[in-house]
Amino acid sequence: MSGIHKGDPILEVRGLTVDVQGRRILDGLDLTVRAGEVHAIMGPNGAGKSTLSQVLAGRPDYEVKAGSVRYRGEDLLALPAEERARRGLFLGFQYPVEIPGVNNVYLLKAALNARRRQRGESEVDAFEFLALVRDKMKLMQMDESFLSRGVNEGFSGGEKKRNEILQMSVLEPTLAILDETDSGLDIDALKVVAQGVNSLRRDDRAIVLVTHYQRLLDYIVPDQVHVLAGGRILKSGDRSLALELERRGYDWVREGGAAA
Amino acid sequence: MATPPNQLDDLVSQQYRHGFVTDIDADTLPPGLDEDVIRLISRKKQEPSFLLEWRLKAFRHWLTMREPHWAHVRYAPIDYQAISYFSAPKTNKDGPKSLDEVDPKLLATYDKLGVPLHERARLAGVAVDAVFDSVSVATTFKARLAEAGVIFCPFSDAVREHPELVERYLGSVVPTTDNFYAALNSAVFSDGSFVYVPKGVRSPMELSTYFRINEAKTGQFERTLIVADEGSYVSYLEGCSAPQRDENQLHAAVVELVALDDAQIKYSTVQNWYPGDENGVGGIYNFVTKRGECRGRNSRISWTQVETGSAITWKYPSCVLLGDHSVGEFYSVAVANHRQQADTGTKMIHVGRNTRSTIVSKGISAGRAQNTYRGLVKVLPSADGARNYTQCDSLLMGSECGAHTYPYVEVKNPTATLEHEATTSKIGEDQLFYCLQRGLSAEDAINMIVGGFCKSVFKELPMEFAVEAQNLLAVSLEGAVG
Repeated sequence: MSGIHKGDPILEVRGLTVDVQGRRILDGLDLTVRAGEVHAIMGPNGAGKSTLSQVLAGRPDYEVKAGSVRYRGEDLLALPAEERARRGLFLGFQYPVEIPGVNNVYLLKAALNARRRQRGESEVDAFEFLALVRDKMKLMQMDESFLSRGVNEGFSGGEKKRNEILQMSVLEPTLAILDETDSGLDIDALKVVAQGVNSLRRDDRAIVLVTHYQRLLDYIVPDQVHVLAGGRILKSGDRSLALELERRGYDWVREGGAAA
Repeated sequence: MATPPNQLDDLVSQQYRHGFVTDIDADTLPPGLDEDVIRLISRKKQEPSFLLEWRLKAFRHWLTMREPHWAHVRYAPIDYQAISYFSAPKTNKDGPKSLDEVDPKLLATYDKLGVPLHERARLAGVAVDAVFDSVSVATTFKARLAEAGVIFCPFSDAVREHPELVERYLGSVVPTTDNFYAALNSAVFSDGSFVYVPKGVRSPMELSTYFRINEAKTGQFERTLIVADEGSYVSYLEGCSAPQRDENQLHAAVVELVALDDAQIKYSTVQNWYPGDENGVGGIYNFVTKRGECRGRNSRISWTQVETGSAITWKYPSCVLLGDHSVGEFYSVAVANHRQQADTGTKMIHVGRNTRSTIVSKGISAGRAQNTYRGLVKVLPSADGARNYTQCDSLLMGSECGAHTYPYVEVKNPTATLEHEATTSKIGEDQLFYCLQRGLSAEDAINMIVGGFCKSVFKELPMEFAVEAQNLLAVSLEGAVG
């Protein structure tokens, strides 16, 4: 349906160099992610993990100094944030914001319709949409009251993260970048979130997990693990790399601890 | 013009029918204000002597007053002698002859707001054709109101047809000496609206419906008086969400509401006068005194306002809670964009026992605008068990605008309970980016965020207007965030 096949390149980052407020955060980063794959990007605090997520999603205030990013062959950096989203790039936020007074369902429906318009599909009506959301909510173990609440308004940390995955499941992205989705979650919430993500693994979809801890990878097993430090990928490997990292710490890969 | 002129006259300016039969064009006085001008106004309007005396008293007091400057607004000095205080209703000679002559920008705005076609011409100041479509509608409304016993007419008609009601209630809430602009208004007011709802009657319709069709060029010194007799209910909506063409710069209106035992008045305002351009050139100065008195037991007055227009707004719809167990409410959304200045809020004066008041104020500032909430909650010694809840929220868009909050509290009764909550937030880059990342356009995202912020006020508006108010906000904030 999507015309994407397992193994097609979804994201190709080459030499990406980014400054934030005059400071170099990413410094020649390379990364290739293909359809059907789950990648984990790990790294110490301040390594540039969140910057990478935000730059890919198109947040302003990040100055791309050099390098290129292709998304399904298209120049991603030339697109504004909303266009990237409509083309199937989804960012699961580390800190999902509260938008008081705006209904969860309202935002989600607007988001889905923006995506559908982009694909040349008709907008969903309220009934279809509610049925769809109710279905997905079961998966994320969210109760009905969620429907009438404001966007992330008064949500616990766990609820916010579950809401992100719920949105992902409704929007059916081609590339999902989940930024520290595991942070602040207790083990039960983590399991629910991981289960949700696992159910969304598909041959025509790529998922990038950005995380500080290996713990998440016990539940979502990645195809590739990358270590990001000092603004670039220092080491890539399979799942065993994450376990080794946990044992030996990030200093093991960091060249003499140069990165702050 | 093909349509008989007397129909238009009936609808738009009832003065024609009642005596302004001659020399319409000559009825504009040269600028300037003295007692002779006031006598002339009163004579032209064939007013009873009590009203002339009342006007003169107001004028003499006004001469002793000084223009107030405590509000957080700035403007060039106003020359009160340069204003013409009596002007017959403008004829279509001044205005555009058809919609083709109207600024396309204005028409585009009507389109966005969903203003019905037949109303656009009237709003744009086209005094022909389109207006006539509404004649029969207005007549039907009038008949329905009359059947219920509700009096709803131009103020000058009320002076002639119901002088006893006018004399009893005029100035009983806002005395002529109240403040500089109220005194000026009392001296020179041209016209306005009068509503009387008899005992036990529930007005059969939102008075807005009729008002929207009937109101035109009510002038810069408008006077409104609404009296709800025992056990009655009325909902009145002033204004219109579409921008009004208007040449007057200074507007100083007075609105008085009186609610007797068990009566309820719901007064909603959607104000969208010309705010001036992006650089602050032009625009209306809106200096209004609005006050309601809950005179009877268990009476209730609710003010709901959505203020997006005017260059300067100076306005504090207030409630005096005299009757025991009476309730005052104020729900406000004030938007200031570009170089607009708004200083608005409310006063809740608790006099009776167990009186309750609620204040919910939402201020939105964008561009280089300054938006001020100024409120007073006063509990007198007699007001045992008085309660107030106040919530003031400010939303800032961009870094060059300002939000200011001045909540004043005077409590002279120890049994009173007051709660106050206040927040100031920036329309977050984070909120905006979150929505963009979900595929919404920046414009939709801002409308959604602002709509959410104002939700608790919009739900107080009559339903059909809540939608328009939301559209209006969208138009007012266009281009507020790049």
